[in-house]
Amino acid sequence: MTVRNTKWPGVELSAADLHEGKVTSTRFRPDAKYAWSAGEAMSRFLEELQAGRLIGRTCGKCERILFPPRMFCEECFRPTDEWTYVRDTGTIETFSVSYLDKDAKRITEPILVGVVSLDGASPKMGMMHYFGEMTKDDIHIGMRVKAVWKAPEDRRGSVLDIEYFRPVREGES
Amino acid sequence: MAVRPVGDGRGRGPGGGTVRKVGVIGAGMTLFRRRLQETPKELCYEAARMALDSAGLDLADVNMVVSGSAPDAFDGVHMKGEYFLDGCGGYRKPYTRVYTGGGTGVFSTIAGWWHVASGLADVVLVVNEEKMSSCQPHPQSVFANIWDPILDRPLKPNLVWIFAMEMNRYMTVHKVRKEDIALVAVKNKRNAVEHPCAQLADPNITVDDVLRSEVMAWPVQRLDISPPSDGAAAVVLASEDFIRRRKIRDRAWISGVGWAIDSTMWTDRDLYFPEYVARAAKMAYKMAKIDAPRRQIDFAEPYDPFDYKELHHLEGLLLADKGEAPILTREGVTQRDGKLPVCPSGGLLGVGNPIAATLGMKIGELFWQLTGQAGGRQIPHEVHTGVSQAWGDLMQYGCVVVMKA
Repeated sequence: MTVRNTKWPGVELSAADLHEGKVTSTRFRPDAKYAWSAGEAMSRFLEELQAGRLIGRTCGKCERILFPPRMFCEECFRPTDEWTYVRDTGTIETFSVSYLDKDAKRITEPILVGVVSLDGASPKMGMMHYFGEMTKDDIHIGMRVKAVWKAPEDRRGSVLDIEYFRPVREGES
Repeated sequence: MAVRPVGDGRGRGPGGGTVRKVGVIGAGMTLFRRRLQETPKELCYEAARMALDSAGLDLADVNMVVSGSAPDAFDGVHMKGEYFLDGCGGYRKPYTRVYTGGGTGVFSTIAGWWHVASGLADVVLVVNEEKMSSCQPHPQSVFANIWDPILDRPLKPNLVWIFAMEMNRYMTVHKVRKEDIALVAVKNKRNAVEHPCAQLADPNITVDDVLRSEVMAWPVQRLDISPPSDGAAAVVLASEDFIRRRKIRDRAWISGVGWAIDSTMWTDRDLYFPEYVARAAKMAYKMAKIDAPRRQIDFAEPYDPFDYKELHHLEGLLLADKGEAPILTREGVTQRDGKLPVCPSGGLLGVGNPIAATLGMKIGELFWQLTGQAGGRQIPHEVHTGVSQAWGDLMQYGCVVVMKA
């Protein structure tokens, strides 16, 4: 039909058409707010973050140490068994050097962000977080990193209780 | 070794039960643009009307309607499917809106297929719409709400991070050069020159242009990304009986369908390979009697919202070994006149990315290619079997449709 069709519907607008009122339009700003109960696994996880620790759950059937923790194993489809701490050191699995903020606005100081697989959890299990005390040229996949925690009085029970992950220093395991 | 012929979809479905043979008999789409004046409802109507006209049918011939659209938050209207249903021709009919994130571009056809394959309907109209321009200042601001509210959102993630992290992992594991990935953007934006609806076609774009474009979230640069768009697309599906009875000549058969989704625990899996696409492909290939995809599939329309995604998905579709897709691209295999043309439509990178409406380049392009109606985009050699695929959600969803002439 692309060979038979000669007219393709649609009237293109420019940004100005819309924002300077050159076309008839209407506006609305939603005011939605949410409060999520964190649930069983995440409540404990957040409490432990506030205490400066990272915690996972074990599944006795597949013998994995699951991080982030969950109350059921999605693989075995049965309840998980025990709480277990994982370490606050790990390995960068992947990362990005972002010049975009959350609204796609441009920023000049890039955000270093990526996934850290944590020591003590099953392989490849980890979390997304920021990286610091390194430049965009230093950061690489496979880099060993350690969490930098906020001061205890500044922690709120959030992933932000960790400020970022920094390179593991010589002598640190 | 002889390759067995690809099935036409008749026979045993994935569950072992009998399914009817289903054909695509019409397709339509609007222009894809950053901003269109038409409302979602008007866009749906235009695409649906065009698809019906191309099949030579009227709304009275349609038994059931399926629509597809991505997050309600883009339009700012909940129950978006109900909101634009009049434009889809869905009122007073069995009507369903489906949504599998970016996967909706292919998934709505799978939903339409099961309506006909099961015998519930003879003719189904499938209409997909997306209007991303309504969301201010940028659709990114609502896209960000797909992230986990406890684990991810406090970090104020940008959607592009997903792609950047996956692309980096893929590049690092396979030691892929950015130049080879940029070739995908160049190919697709050039292919799109022949597409009458294209938003970002560029006959002169080079690898250097891509590599010199603004860094958004390294390794993702501006020209690695498909643009947000407004648009709609539609296809008409019909049973073999109906196609015979009405003597419809332009049809392409749906040989196989498959879909699969991985866990939202995305920080627990290696992002270098899309396992969910491979599972979806294996399901579709089994139904289509495909056991040697590289020899039995003539061309592909994988989901290409980002250039590396085409490569990632070709590997998931088992049309390239892990890490081989960039090499095939460099060798010209995936050009329109290559041995395995990939995104001859121009894809999302060239035609545009109104999420669900990419139906027009995925299912629509397979139909137009397999019925010889693709005009300037027509693959110069004879093609009998094509595969299309879409991807979505939190790096976790894949769906696949195989079609044959």
